[in-house]
Formats: sequence, structure tokens, C-alpha cells
Amino acid sequence: MDRIDIYPTHTYEGYKLRPGQVFPFGATIVPGGVNFSVFSSHGTACTLVLFKKGEPQPMVEIPFFDEFRIGNVYAMTVFDLDYENIEYGFRVEGPYDPQAGHRFDPSKILMDPYAKLIGGRDGWGTPPDWNNVYPHRARPLLSDFDWENDKPLEIPPEDLIIYEMHVRSFTRDESAGVRPSVAGTFAGIIEKIPYLKALGVNAVEFLPVYEFDEFENSRINEETGELLVQYWGYSTVGFFSPKAGYAATGKDGMQADEFKNLVKELHANGIEVILDVVFNHTAEGNENGPYISFRGLDNRTYYMLTPEGYYFNFSGTGNTLNCNNPIVRGMVLDALRYWAAEYHIDGFRFDLAAILGRDQNGAPLPNPPLLEQLAFDPILAKCKLIAEAWDAGGLYQVGSFPSYGRWGEWNGKYRDAVRQFVKGDPGLLDEMAQRLQGSPDLYWSRGPMASINFITAHDGFTLNDLVSYNDKHNWANGEGNNDGANDNNSWNCGWEGPTDDPWINDLRRRQMKNFTTLLMVSQGIPMFLMGDEVARTQDGNNNTYCHDNKLNWFDWTQTETNADMLRFFQNIIAFRHAHPVLRGNTFMQHRDYVGSGYPDMSWHGTEPWDPDWTGQALAFMLCGKHAKGGAVQDDYIYVAINVYWDALWFHPPQPPQGMNWYVAVNTAMPSPQDIAEPGTEPILSDQSAVLLGDRSIMILVGR
Amino acid sequence: MEVQIRTVDDITVVEPSGEIDSNSAPELQEQMTPLLQPGAKLLMDMSRVEFMSSAGLRIMLLIYRQMADTGKIVLVGLTPGIQDSMSATGFLKFFTLADTLDEGVKVLNG
Repeated sequence: MDRIDIYPTHTYEGYKLRPGQVFPFGATIVPGGVNFSVFSSHGTACTLVLFKKGEPQPMVEIPFFDEFRIGNVYAMTVFDLDYENIEYGFRVEGPYDPQAGHRFDPSKILMDPYAKLIGGRDGWGTPPDWNNVYPHRARPLLSDFDWENDKPLEIPPEDLIIYEMHVRSFTRDESAGVRPSVAGTFAGIIEKIPYLKALGVNAVEFLPVYEFDEFENSRINEETGELLVQYWGYSTVGFFSPKAGYAATGKDGMQADEFKNLVKELHANGIEVILDVVFNHTAEGNENGPYISFRGLDNRTYYMLTPEGYYFNFSGTGNTLNCNNPIVRGMVLDALRYWAAEYHIDGFRFDLAAILGRDQNGAPLPNPPLLEQLAFDPILAKCKLIAEAWDAGGLYQVGSFPSYGRWGEWNGKYRDAVRQFVKGDPGLLDEMAQRLQGSPDLYWSRGPMASINFITAHDGFTLNDLVSYNDKHNWANGEGNNDGANDNNSWNCGWEGPTDDPWINDLRRRQMKNFTTLLMVSQGIPMFLMGDEVARTQDGNNNTYCHDNKLNWFDWTQTETNADMLRFFQNIIAFRHAHPVLRGNTFMQHRDYVGSGYPDMSWHGTEPWDPDWTGQALAFMLCGKHAKGGAVQDDYIYVAINVYWDALWFHPPQPPQGMNWYVAVNTAMPSPQDIAEPGTEPILSDQSAVLLGDRSIMILVGR
Repeated sequence: MEVQIRTVDDITVVEPSGEIDSNSAPELQEQMTPLLQPGAKLLMDMSRVEFMSSAGLRIMLLIYRQMADTGKIVLVGLTPGIQDSMSATGFLKFFTLADTLDEGVKVLNG
């Protein structure tokens, strides 16, 4: 028996149609055809525009009949379409009245905001045809990927070590040694999974992978003649589509399969996938920008507008998505649910998330419905939700971001304090005590997992440049060195940029190891930037958003030339994994609640039990009997930190009877004495005193 | 797309040519369904397939799994381009492959 709901009931220019299903939004492959559903609150009529794949002009334009509209939703099923060989868009009629917020223009072909696959820019860097009537083209997608037994890993957040990386940068350079056909792609990353495993990270956080336009605002740097592009991708074209140019198979429209396969392979190797998502603005820019989708579908709904109808610019990029409009909120939720369910994504980092807490006029909301909804959503329930808790409009919410007990934050205060502390600024011990504990001063009600600790990220200096430059050197960006942050809290160790001076180079290496050691012994979730483990440099450029070149590409020869750094990273990461006492899910109580005779965490100075909060030396001890609140047994760990310019004697506390101190890390020592592989730590020769070199950190393990 | 089917001893050799995509894949499926018999040995010579789309790969996987349940199936002669796409999307590891027809026959008789 045939179902009656799949019979055509209408025809138009030979195409068989019937009123569509309003849900789900977007294009859905249904028995016999494709269902299209799109909404516009202020539009007055809508037309479906169908192209044969890649053709310059449409093959047909089918108006949505009046009986195809339910409320503000236009829905229609078109039969007998070869779903893999078509592209679709919409024309929407409505008022053009910018002051009232309306910019309808039926001469434009608009992309579906719910497009699951976007063609038209199938290979990275292929110069676009600027005369294309419809450059970013929505396509239907088959969603029946074979995940076998895969599901999101649900690693406890406090056990994560996050590696922030750019898809293209990771394997684009020839030195990556991947097959040329997959260089710089999702598939290329798969070939480097063994490297990630050996490094020890268990989560990768990808800079934006949603479809974006690398040619947005592309320009030639007049000094260098180099093409500058939208390289990082913080400018979304489509919230439901992986970037075709990041897929080796993008030319064949298989980017969704390729990205899913990457997620599956990373999961099979114990590595979670976190996406950096940009819901604060779109690639349509301000009133001078192009019509891609939202502007022509429902401008007043999707964007925050001034009373005069101009675009608010809280994102610093021209427009601001109207995230607390109920319709936009629904789209954001739909997108995140889609990535969690269809792509098995483990977590999301929200770019400029403070914007998501602003009302439709831009004022910060005390109880932002979008953030609350995401926090309590059943599909997102196990996803990590991480906020970049500030925006370009001056809202800074580190420590006060509305969290509902669910949201973590990029802890910008951790970054700033640790940078100042390690370079030797005085007066930071009180704050460092908070940062090392997971910032209870900021996250008391949430626990240390709320604190994503980081020293470097894509914004700002790399770790190498943090210890090699006092000032940013952004001339290659073609903006007169005016872009990028000025408050870097960096120190060049005595010379600006590369030097042959062995004393300076030794100090820089030590400082990099000091930073990394502090990061890995801090409670909370550590994150670091791709390449820091091999001292990757950007030549002092702290804002490389526009460079598709060696300023951003991972130089794999550094895994050999800086093998000592890589070894240090591998072992300090292994050290963190080996010691649950470093990965608490509750804050330290500074008392003995398991009867070990030692508090869970205790502070010391150069003398045991006697911290000097005014100096430049600090030590702390973690009692292994209190690991994970006493639930598991671990070694004791003692960390001595000397940020003073001269060596200092440290006297570690007496360990429990029968226990000795072993030296896990001493950053004053050259490689390989700087760090021992976990389990091979040599015994501390004098158990009661140790001379720690200037600007150095030592970790002792009591067992 | 065209499909040629011939028999060599107890092995059925299927040789599609052209493009396998959402348009042509149903036809391939239709032609191959009668071959999916218990105990059958099927060798798919892919050397004349120029392109396999996402839908094409799905139909191939469907056929392959139906066949692998009841008989034996091996793919021969995938072009490097198609092999790259299948590798990048994870499809490759679902299939048994052989480099040459002779090797394919050996796998089926092994």
C-alpha cells in the first residue's frame, strides 16, 4: 500500500509538488523527493530556486503557493529531484526599509540558513567567480553515516587536556609529510593522530570549521605583495555545514562524511572534539556587506539593529547576531543539537560568548534565555560548554558569566596572572595561589572544571613568541601594526626576536618549560596552542588571522630541531595524566579530611609551612591521599616555584614516614634532566634541601 | 553508468563503468540484487568507474554488506582518486580490496 502523504498534489512547470513538512527546517531527502522548509517573519512571498549542480543559472524557480505556507514558514516537497546533483536557494519578497530594519531584495538568491552542505567554494583558495549569482550554494545531504559503535567520549572535564588547533595549519606545510591530496584537510589530521596520541592530549579544539569564506575582505598586502585572507574563519557563512575547503573530498561534496570520519577516528584514539563556534556574528558584515542569507531572509530578526536600522557591532566585525531573539535562539539551539547528534561533537567553545547574554538592544541580561537553554538542553547534556566570556563591546564576564552550573570559561585572568608572574612581576603570589587552585575566587560555586586554564591561544603570541618579544610585530597584516592586542605581558628575555645568544636562548627555553609546568600542575582544564610543544613562532605577530602561509602553518621539522621541548611537553602531560591529585573536581579545602596527617593542599615558601606572600618564591604540596576528594590514592606532589633572578634554597616538607621525595621536573636542568618519564624519577639526594636555579620550577613526587 | 556482468567459473564478475552517484546508483543496485545469492562469489571490477559520489559509496556499502552476509565479495581496480575519497571518508576500510583480478579471484577462492 502506498502512503498518501507522498503523492504529488500540485505541478509547476513540469515539477511535481505537494505542501511540505514544516519540520525539520532546511532541505530533507524524503521518499520520492526533497522537502524544503524555510521561515521569514517579515517576508511576504518566497520562491525556491533550483540549480543543476554548478550551473551558472537556475534550472527552475518554483514559487511557494499560498497553501504551502503555515504561519511564517514556507514548506514544499519537490518530487523526482536528483538530490545529489542539485543546489537550492530562495528569493524572498518583502519591504526594503532599512530604517525599519528590513532589507528584502528578491533579486538576490539566498542561502538556506539550515543548509547541511554548502557547495560553490569546493577547494580552499580557489579564486571565486565574483559574478556568480549564487556563490555559496545550499545542497541536500544524506545523513546516514555509519558510526559503528562510536559515540561522544564523555571524558570527565577535569581530566581533559585541550589542544587548540587550526585544521589547515596542522598539515598544510610540506614538512607534515602527509599525502599531498590530504594536506591541510580533515583527512590530513587523521594521518597525524599518532602524533597527538604521543603528545598525550585528549581533546582537540578546532578553530571554526563551519563554512566560511576565506576571500571575505581578501586583499593584497602592498608591502609584501602577499594575498591576505580570512584564514582563521571567525566569520560564519553557514552554521550547519563543515567547510568544504577543509576537506580533501570537498570537490566531490563529501566534506560532511570526511569530517564525521575524522571525529570517529579521533574518538577511536581517545581524543574528544571541541568546536570553536561563532554565534556572535555572520559573514554578511554591515550595511555594505553582501547578501548571503540572513540579511535577505529576515534582517530584523537575525541582527541586532540600532534604532536607525544600522548594525550593532559588539563583535568588532560589522554585525551582531540577535541571539536572544526567540527565532535566532531556536536556530542556534538547532545547530548545536545537530552537531552533537549528527557529528558526535564532544563540546563547544563559544567565541565572544558575552554577546550571547545581551538582549535585543545589546544590554546584558541577568538571566539570558539562550545560555540557560543550552545549559539545560537534553541533547547537549554531556557536551562541554565553554565560553569566551567577553566581547568586543566591552562586556568582560570572566568569573561572572551566567553558567547555570554548566558553563566553563576561558580563564583570561589565569593567562594574564601566569604571564606576569613567570616574567618576574612582583606582588602576584596571592593571585597565583587562586589560579593554581582552579581560581576558586572566580568559580567558587562551579568548581575547578569551570576554569579553562591557558597561557596561549590563537589570539596573541605563541608560547615561543611570549618569551621572545616584548611587543607585537604585526606589520605583515597590512594594518600598520595597529591590529592585535597590546597588553601581552610578554618578556623577550633580553633581546627582541631571534638571537644566537646562548644565555638568552637557555632562559627562553626554561621560561617556556616553566609556563607549561604551571599549566599542567594547575587545577582546572589546561589548554595550549598547536605548535607550542615545538616552540612554534609567528615572528612576533600576535594576530595572524589573515595569513595562509608559514606564519600559521605547523613546521614539522621543529619536532626534530626542538625535540627537547616536545619531550618535555609529552612528559609533563603524562605526569598530569598519571596524577589524579592534579585533577580535582572540587576545590581544595586546605585541611585534612581523610586522616592522612596532611591537608589536601598546603602552601610553603623556601621554608616548609611558611609561605612568604610578598616574595618571588612559592611552593605547594598536594596530599595524594586526598586525590579526587579521597576517592583514589596518589603520590604526594611538591612544586617549588622560583621566579626570582637568582637561585634559592628550598626545603620541602617532611614527607610521611617511609616516603621519599623523587625529582620529576627541574626546569633549571638541561634536557633530558629537565623532566623524567613518569615512574623513572630519580631520588632527591638531600631530602631536606635543594638549590633551585633562578627562574625555575621543580616538582618532587613523594612515594 | 553501464554495468556488464559475466561469469568466470563460479565467480560472477560485475564491471560497472562511468559515474556512480544518486542518479545511477539505484540502477546498479537493481542489477546486482539478483546476484546476491547465498554462497555466491562476487568480484567487482571498479577500474572503469570514473567517479563515486557520497550516495554512490552508500549504495556500494549496502550491496557489499548484503553480499558479505550471504556470500563473498571483493573489489578490484579502484582508481587512485576514488581510493583517496574512500579513504578520506572512512569507506575504504569497510571493503575487502584486491589489486588485480587474479588476486581478487584468489581472495574469493581462499
